[in-house]
Amino acid sequence: MTIAISIKDLDKTYANGVEALKGVSLEVQQGDFFALLGPNGAGKSTIIGVISTLINKSGGSVEVFGRSVDTHIYETKLDLGVVPQEINFSQFEKVKDIVLTQAGYYGLPRKLARERCEKYLKKLGLWEKRSERSRSLSGGMKRRLMIARALVHEPRLLILDEPTAGVDIELRRSMWNFLTEINADGTTIILTTHYLEEAEQMCRNIAIIDEGEIIENTSMKKLIGELDSQVYILDTANEMNGKPEITIDDVLIHRIDAHSLEVKVPNGQLINEVFKELDKQGLEISSMRNKTNRLEQLFLSRLRNNGND
Amino acid sequence: MFENHKFIAFETIVIREIRRFSRIWLQTLVPPAITIGLYFVIFGNLVGRRIGEMDGFQYMEFIVPGLIMMAVIQNSYSNVVSSFFSHKFQRSVEELLVSPIPNYVILMGFVVGGMARGLAVGAIVTTMSLFFADLSIQSFPITIAVVLMTSVVFSLAGFINAVFADSFDDISIIPTFVLTPLIYLGGVFYSIQMLPPFWQVVSSLNPIFYMVNTFRYGILGSSDIDVYWAFMIMGVFILVLYISCIWLLRHGTGIRN
Repeated sequence: MTIAISIKDLDKTYANGVEALKGVSLEVQQGDFFALLGPNGAGKSTIIGVISTLINKSGGSVEVFGRSVDTHIYETKLDLGVVPQEINFSQFEKVKDIVLTQAGYYGLPRKLARERCEKYLKKLGLWEKRSERSRSLSGGMKRRLMIARALVHEPRLLILDEPTAGVDIELRRSMWNFLTEINADGTTIILTTHYLEEAEQMCRNIAIIDEGEIIENTSMKKLIGELDSQVYILDTANEMNGKPEITIDDVLIHRIDAHSLEVKVPNGQLINEVFKELDKQGLEISSMRNKTNRLEQLFLSRLRNNGND
Repeated sequence: MFENHKFIAFETIVIREIRRFSRIWLQTLVPPAITIGLYFVIFGNLVGRRIGEMDGFQYMEFIVPGLIMMAVIQNSYSNVVSSFFSHKFQRSVEELLVSPIPNYVILMGFVVGGMARGLAVGAIVTTMSLFFADLSIQSFPITIAVVLMTSVVFSLAGFINAVFADSFDDISIIPTFVLTPLIYLGGVFYSIQMLPPFWQVVSSLNPIFYMVNTFRYGILGSSDIDVYWAFMIMGVFILVLYISCIWLLRHGTGIRN
């Protein structure tokens, strides 16, 4: 399988002496939906900056679809679409002009640029706003505009640096659907996000970076499989007088209030067994959810293992 | 990037630059027209009548080329410095840097944008000057060449200023403390022959002096300097500034991390 991006021994030390990246090596396969996670200041945006040539690296190499970003500048840039963390378009230009200008930067003829502009503004629900100045858009619309702009030249690799930050849940979910759709159409996607639920839901592979080093690089499935237990919150339809008794091995139960229970179920145990026990005691479960996002538990445990409090 | 793609990218930058200064015409095209119009009225018409002749021409005729050149210089410079700095400030310069456009195409796009504004204001001022003086151009090739070259020089200089600027103050320091004195001392309002020998030598170190005088030569047929020498100086300035701009872009000075 073709490798979309290959990073080897990447180092970056800023002028102020901060070592942002310490020998980062990473590979992302073509067609992958890849999550790059890490706490603030871990080096995620620096990696993206180096790939997109906005940041000069101190050492190491970066290849996009087998071509070095140092020696094949133009070819690698044509393959790349970047949605940065911060809004970076002119606040005074009209929505369609921002997308058309970007198309022009990539050498798209005017007719094709207009077609692509219409296509992506419609897909991202911005077509009705095309003649408005970008500063009048809401935060969520601005983020979608940046995605439309990054896609106008139809890159093979799309990098999104926290694309859903500050976006309400409804819009976030529509963006997830859109990104899943373009990934299914063949676009390789690298995503950094603070919403771990987002990464868990969409990404197939994951790398966790902390203090400039990759501390985990595996498939999402494998990582989630490492959880030794899961904690659920169960809401009961009827009122509980006391803590229900559960006799299943290693399952721990805690009464939160008269209508809620916290249940810790080790891997290998079925939650159905818990439901049966509760049912015997006359408790009807009306809803169930994970106490914390599963990936969040793993993410925090990896950071703790790496020396973070 | 194919040549036609480069041309589309270049055209895109130029169109965006022209659209930018046209959109804010009240800030970009009207103020210089009013300022230069006031120079025509006060220095040319009111004061000029008492001065009489300068280098064998009516004072109004003498200052018109200098005032046109002043408009071209200031507007070419300020268009590029303010536009490129705005791109840096709003981070929209990242759009350009991430795209596959070669550095020289980015530079040429901004320079042509600066020239477009410089020449647009120059054309407005020239039209206004027709109400105050009879202009008969002595040499079209020299007039056109010098105005284009001057515009390129100051667009490139504006680009360098924008690259190093970190705040809006930084983009007004050079025009206020360097450009304006050089223009005023560049022979716009007087002939260098009026100065004592020492100050004539000092004036000859001012590049704007050559531009103003060559332009005046193109229009009036009279100049304090050798126009071929002036063209050579402008050519050297263009070359040095162009190489500096490309070097700054290649190294990402002020724009990458």
